[in-house]
Amino acid sequence: MISLTINGRLEQLDLPPDTPLLWALRDRLGLTGTKFGCGAALCGACTVHVDGEAVRSCSAPIGQLDGRKVVTIEGLAASVGKDLHPVQQAWIEEDVVQCGYCHSGQIMSAAALLAQVPRPTDADIDGALGGNICRCGTYQRIRAGIHKAAEIAAKA
Amino acid sequence: MRRFAATNLIAALGATAFAAALVWSTAFPAAAAVATDPADARARSQEAFRKIATVLRDPRCMNCHTLTDFPRQGDDRHRHIMNVLRGGDNHGVPGQRCSTCHQAVNQANGVPGAPKWGLAPLSMGWEGLNDHQLADSIKNMSRNGNRTLAQIQDHMAHDTLVAWAWNPGAGRRSPQISQAELGLLVQEWIDTGAVSPDPH
Repeated sequence: MISLTINGRLEQLDLPPDTPLLWALRDRLGLTGTKFGCGAALCGACTVHVDGEAVRSCSAPIGQLDGRKVVTIEGLAASVGKDLHPVQQAWIEEDVVQCGYCHSGQIMSAAALLAQVPRPTDADIDGALGGNICRCGTYQRIRAGIHKAAEIAAKA
Repeated sequence: MRRFAATNLIAALGATAFAAALVWSTAFPAAAAVATDPADARARSQEAFRKIATVLRDPRCMNCHTLTDFPRQGDDRHRHIMNVLRGGDNHGVPGQRCSTCHQAVNQANGVPGAPKWGLAPLSMGWEGLNDHQLADSIKNMSRNGNRTLAQIQDHMAHDTLVAWAWNPGAGRRSPQISQAELGLLVQEWIDTGAVSPDPH
């Protein structure tokens, strides 16, 4: 049995230890906001936070995460005690999303960046989100959204 | 009479020691030469390091012992995709750490992993160094993480991240020399004076 705190709630998972976290989230816990993209840590769609760091859940076996804290897109706002995380608010204000499939991963990576770098440069953003692929090509809006999120967070 | 017996005993012991030394030098001529021929020890030390260098230059090692602000990947040592960066602590940047994708073990989907996955510090960057410079770099405690030669040997022979090179997963090839053999070679290099190959 593997114990994980997911979005503030303790979950006991009776699954093989090599089960990818993404499978546990989507298929066992019904947290389908985290998306399957490539299954090989190449696209970033499945990004969640583990102990505050961005992690590709498709490539993180749950057996290695026993006792750790996971936050998914469903729990992101609550993790900062808001109805919307500043990144989510900025995403709405900047109309960042096109098809949206990659954006739970984009938002989770952006939030992980802002948690450590409150006023990121474009280079910081490019470094943090280089592994998050958007097939709609919304990269300019993602960058603008992160700068907006930094402003929102600074005012809060 | 007693003095005569003692003399015989000393003679017998001396003969035994001589015979043992003869057997030892016959069985292990190199070891005997080390003790008696500094020039040969130097040559053996340099030869041991040349073999060590073939491992250090292997892509499995060199891809993360770079002199760049990013890691490399593959046997062709191309720049790591996804704009992966070294970061201040050699483990990536905020939002994209090495541990964002690399966990403590290799994954079934091909993503490699080992404990402490990350780049070696820039001071341990080996790209472009010849054998002489590489050996000097490894011995230099201001560049090697303040490691003694014994700690260097332990690192190469037993470190779990180093060991990944011989269990890289996903069809990746390993260095030609095994990690156990590498450990022995490093020990031999140290025992023979840790001599750097001559500069060319």
